[in-house]
Amino acid sequence: MATPKAKISIQEVDHVARLARLDLSAADKERMRSELDGILTYIDKLRALDTRDVEPTSHAVPVTNVMRDDVERPSLPVADMLANAPDPHREMFRVPKIIEE
Amino acid sequence: MAALAWLTAHELGARYRSGEATPTQAVTEYLGRIDALDPRLFAFLTVTREDALRRAAESDARFRAGTPRGPLDGVPIALKDVLCTRGIRTTCGSKILERFVPPYDATVVARLFAAGAILLGKLNMDEFAMGSSTEHSAFFTTRNPWDLARVPGGSSGGAAAVVAAGLAPLSLGTDTGGSIRQPAAFSGVLGMKPTYGRVSRYGLIAFASSLDQVGPFARDAEDAALLLGTIAGPDPMDSTAIDVPVPDYRAALGQGIEGLRLGVPAEYFIEGVDPEVEQAVRTAIATLEKLGARTVPVSLPHTEYGLAAYYVIAPAEASSNLARYDGVKYGLRVPGARDVIDMYSKTRAAGFGTEVKRRVMLGTYVLSAGYYDAYYGQAQKVRTLVRRDFDAAFAQVDLIVAPTTPGVAFKMGEKEDPIQMYLNDIFTIPANLAGLPGVSIPGGFTQAGLPIGLQLIAPAFDEATLLRATHAYQTVTDWHTRKPPFHE
Repeated sequence: MATPKAKISIQEVDHVARLARLDLSAADKERMRSELDGILTYIDKLRALDTRDVEPTSHAVPVTNVMRDDVERPSLPVADMLANAPDPHREMFRVPKIIEE
Repeated sequence: MAALAWLTAHELGARYRSGEATPTQAVTEYLGRIDALDPRLFAFLTVTREDALRRAAESDARFRAGTPRGPLDGVPIALKDVLCTRGIRTTCGSKILERFVPPYDATVVARLFAAGAILLGKLNMDEFAMGSSTEHSAFFTTRNPWDLARVPGGSSGGAAAVVAAGLAPLSLGTDTGGSIRQPAAFSGVLGMKPTYGRVSRYGLIAFASSLDQVGPFARDAEDAALLLGTIAGPDPMDSTAIDVPVPDYRAALGQGIEGLRLGVPAEYFIEGVDPEVEQAVRTAIATLEKLGARTVPVSLPHTEYGLAAYYVIAPAEASSNLARYDGVKYGLRVPGARDVIDMYSKTRAAGFGTEVKRRVMLGTYVLSAGYYDAYYGQAQKVRTLVRRDFDAAFAQVDLIVAPTTPGVAFKMGEKEDPIQMYLNDIFTIPANLAGLPGVSIPGGFTQAGLPIGLQLIAPAFDEATLLRATHAYQTVTDWHTRKPPFHE
């Protein structure tokens, strides 16, 4: 279990692993908890700065939409795009069942 | 023994033009060196032998016909395995992409091929470019040519090591928080991170999209100028590659640095910097002063917060970028899952290494409900403060000069704690956060014979001044011409 001063609990690690689609073992989760705790403690130094009147920077250089003419161009061949697929089926990617019958 | 291997690209080009050597001779010699030396260096993930010899023969024919394409025609190059190469396996240092063969070339790769450059192979790296040593590669750790017990730096460790060891005259890497400059410092070569937006990222496997940039490794300023000039410029396939004119970088060399104002930031000369590194950088600054530069003390007060901001922003972006590795369209799929979510989760757990999982978890956490403002929002505001520090400094000076890293190459296995590993990047991260170009150049050696990196940082899109200062420094120093004891 997390110590009282921990930044992140094992339940939160569980939740985040589910969001991130990572199937971690119990041992992995405990190690992850302790390492993330150390990193989050380090990151906490950001809170020392007063940023009330500071605008956030999402990109260092301003990035705006770049428009081009809407001209039809050939795409890569379907066969090329399927060549790396683990389980191609005709012109599709086959996946395990998503919806219960 | 080596006749062509230690020549720079521009020297090699001169030999081709004069008929003293052919691209096939150079490529054959390099392939021989790779066969002989890479079993001890572990830099190549893939050697593209047949492809290289075929392109060399084509280049030979162009020189014979008197129609070479330009200064990189026939020049061998190797690429960090994060850049997509059509028909050539591209792993990103990861098990999840171990058998991935891209259907197209990255724009930088297409531009190199169009210029006649010859690909020798794909280079080892920390998995998904997350690391500072290549120890996070899913395959093996690249060795430092100056001491085979030490790391070459990372994440572009293979790209630095091959240039240092004479296994390629040029290579390309990528730099998100220092992944070109830090291995350049550790391995004793020139490594440049261009301005964010200077070079197309189309076909670069994404890590942190607001920070990633492709850049050259070379031995001298002239080669870096040639390579940057070949890959830079806008690209219809990447709207973040900004339409700013690309100067003739080679033309700017040789103009000297008389009157250039060099900012020396107090925050980069702090406790914890190896005294030998500090001494070498101070000596290099004195050398630049003798060449006519003037030094000005400057302050970048938010430097110490850069690392913390980076370890929010980069993992957050990575957690989003790496969501695409789901076992559906390409890459690994773990069989036997009970449903699609189970398949995603098992595939990602099996395919990603420890450091990648750590950063995906960290990034997912800082973006998750309830934490977004406290972490991601705050980190983006701190990023603004770091950027303003540079804006203020560049109102007074033309370049900033500093150490690239606090220390020199460490031993394999020495940095087990993640934060100790992250601290390697404390002096390289601020330029990424601010989107600025930076270069690391060989600036001396420790008593033990390990390279020391000198870092120069310029205002956005002023790579030409970085290269001009590098060239001036290299005309009066010989650090960049030294060869590691490993090379014979």
